Amino acid sequence: MDISLQEVEYRYQANTPFERLAIKDVSIDIPSGIFLAIIGHTGSGKSTVLQHLNALLKPTTGKVMIGDREVNAEKKQKNLKAIRQRVGIVFQFPEHQLFDETVEKDICFGPMNFGVHEEEAKKRARIAIKQVGLSEEILSKSPFELSGGQMRRVAIAGVLAMEPDVIVLDEPTAGLDPRGRREIMDMFHSLHLERKLSTVLVTHSMEDASKYADQIVIMQNGQVYKKGTPNEIFSSPEGLLELGLDVPEVVRFQQKVEEKFQTKFSQTCLTVEKLTEEIASMVKRGEQE
Amino acid sequence: MMEKMIFGRYVPAHSVIHRMDPRSKLLMIFLFVCIVFIANNSWTYGLLVIYTFAMIALSKVPFRFIISGLKPVLWLILFTLVLHLFLTKEGELLFQVGWFSIYEEGLRQGIFISVRFFLLILMTSILTLTTTPIEITDGMESLLHPLNKIKFPVHELALMMSISLRFIPTLMQETDKIMKAQTARGVEFSSGPIKERVKAIIPLLIPLFVNSFKRAEELATAMEARGYRGGEGRTKYRQLSWGLKDTTLLIFLVILSVLLVLFRT
Amino acid sequence: MSKKQLVQLENVSFQYDSEDRFALKNVSFDIYEGEWLAIVGHNGSGKSTLAKLLNGLQFPQEGSITVNGMTLNEETVWETRRLIGMVFQNPDNQFVGTTVQDDVAFGLENNGIPREEMLERVNYSLEKVKMAQFLDQEPHQLSGGQKQRVAIAGVIALRPSIIILDESTSMLDPRGREEVLETVKELKDIHKMTVISITHDLEEAVRADRILVMNKGELYREGSPEEIFQMEEELVQLGLDIPFPVKLSKTLKEQGVFLSKHFLSEEELVAELWTFHYKK
Repeated sequence: MDISLQEVEYRYQANTPFERLAIKDVSIDIPSGIFLAIIGHTGSGKSTVLQHLNALLKPTTGKVMIGDREVNAEKKQKNLKAIRQRVGIVFQFPEHQLFDETVEKDICFGPMNFGVHEEEAKKRARIAIKQVGLSEEILSKSPFELSGGQMRRVAIAGVLAMEPDVIVLDEPTAGLDPRGRREIMDMFHSLHLERKLSTVLVTHSMEDASKYADQIVIMQNGQVYKKGTPNEIFSSPEGLLELGLDVPEVVRFQQKVEEKFQTKFSQTCLTVEKLTEEIASMVKRGEQE
Repeated sequence: MMEKMIFGRYVPAHSVIHRMDPRSKLLMIFLFVCIVFIANNSWTYGLLVIYTFAMIALSKVPFRFIISGLKPVLWLILFTLVLHLFLTKEGELLFQVGWFSIYEEGLRQGIFISVRFFLLILMTSILTLTTTPIEITDGMESLLHPLNKIKFPVHELALMMSISLRFIPTLMQETDKIMKAQTARGVEFSSGPIKERVKAIIPLLIPLFVNSFKRAEELATAMEARGYRGGEGRTKYRQLSWGLKDTTLLIFLVILSVLLVLFRT
Repeated sequence: MSKKQLVQLENVSFQYDSEDRFALKNVSFDIYEGEWLAIVGHNGSGKSTLAKLLNGLQFPQEGSITVNGMTLNEETVWETRRLIGMVFQNPDNQFVGTTVQDDVAFGLENNGIPREEMLERVNYSLEKVKMAQFLDQEPHQLSGGQKQRVAIAGVIALRPSIIILDESTSMLDPRGREEVLETVKELKDIHKMTVISITHDLEEAVRADRILVMNKGELYREGSPEEIFQMEEELVQLGLDIPFPVKLSKTLKEQGVFLSKHFLSEEELVAELWTFHYKK
């Protein structure tokens, strides 16, 4: 399912003395099967964009196409549930949404809200719990007796069990230790590859964005600052650095080497392996001369 | 959604009333509530109205904020008025259509009681609009201080109030966040049959409770780590200062009370 | 180099009531005056329990903790807390005051500091963490990084000798993290404070003078950042990570670029590559 934001503007508390413009003139295409990363500082408007992807917010002007559904300011929207079933959102610190007696019931909660039969929901729960790297025994436990990392995974399983066409991730690894971060991101990446699951990742981490994404959108002050593939985005890192945004460590290091050696590599390296090759061949050339 | 509540919110401004000691404002309200009941004729009510509007003018709070405080209770005032019109059958008959009749006394009492209501609400609005909640808490703690002698936990009560005040915005943000997360999981909070909507509250309330307990626990730990162990031996950072303006305004109110007693019939 | 030992842990073991596994098992180490010590480990390695014990929020079942020559127990706990300030993980759940200045004053009030002095210390501390222009702001108007800086101000207002950062940056965005760590570094330099940072963030650990690696409730390894990050794969096995320059040094070596050692800073590594390139 494709999603596209077309010239979207959103104002919080519109028509009150507390009105505040959050995003304006935002156009983003999310074609089916893509891995898209949205990057920006806190307050850049990326969370507001995220909430438009399943009609939690309706644009004050402009429109959002979700599949063949149009969401805009004028129309009184009916049956938004249908949209929400197809676009699952994993919010930041999703463990804060757990509530049911058992892990199984909590995972089944989403699917059953969307009319999935109990038997089927339980089947999905068993699949989802394995996907997030937990064992089936955990299903009968109370979500509140789990560790923080396990709760995070259970909450993610609850969204996966909805079997959405698009999954939206808001800083899914915040607060986890390095291993937890790696495992969660690798899981989402393999889900994306295996099932062609469209994935939207909202993150601060330039490493994750350059490692996993096909396309990157950079938000700044409520607007889209730049769009492109990781290569296009990071081949001219100067602009990003000016905005006070990070670039991946690899790119930053390449820049430092290029400066010191007064040279330019043939390409922007996005992985440690590529960069190692480039540097190795350069310094070895020096050896032969 | 909850951000829309404007009623009673502190409106920053630089006025005499803003700068007054919260204790004097609290005393003033307390006295005012008492003397409102002394008034019983046009003269005395007139005095009260003049006093109230003088206070509003002094507070420099835009009038619309004060009016907005009246809206929620408007129907209650109207109801009282109508009740008096119908049920008090004393004095001269003013108006009659069939069984429906209005007597002079009913009209008089109806209007007086409505005015009394209005004045009370206006005065309390002035308090909440010109005093931050934490100042009110400080003022109360200070006024209730003598109760310490009979082992009433004044300090604990004040601390509880100030912590609640501090966490109200945090809890509102959190409520909003959880509502969104559950909406994304197919819960409908604002449509569907009543029964469904009541059920929808559970996935909101439970996480809210669980998170609040966790918060409370962490907060307690943090307070302990910062050396908190009850009110004993504590000094206070916030200081209230009673000034000339506080004494003056209270004297005015006392004069008003005397006048009310003299002019009532 | 004989530094003064400020804190000593001897064979400390601790077990939570509800669990059958020891959260800490037979842990011994010293903390020296004026150092920046990082305690790293994956979630559940026992590093946060360590923080709680150091501040007397829990007491060890076995072994002893000595702070500044004083054995930590229920009688001495309030005195020790004056020496040790803590900044916790969640910025919201440690902000007690209704405004920034009230929050900084909270600890001072608890310790019965006279009001005149409080005013001075509140202003001084907030200036030091660059939050002086936010005196009357309420917590919900601040970013996570700003709230953590207020928490730090609350700590330094009490003039402790030790500041413990208990995963204080883990809920912050990169900008907030940088703000907090910069602030701590400045304070450490000015006040000669001892810093203990409990973390799984490597950027934070690299700044330390010394690193302790915790694993499954035990002290796994101790050393300078350079020594610790030579562990490479071993660290990854422990659920941690290695800093980028070390990672790159390693892959470069594999490609036949011989470097004298593994580097912790990018600048040093670039410089080394430069010498390598032109030496021949």
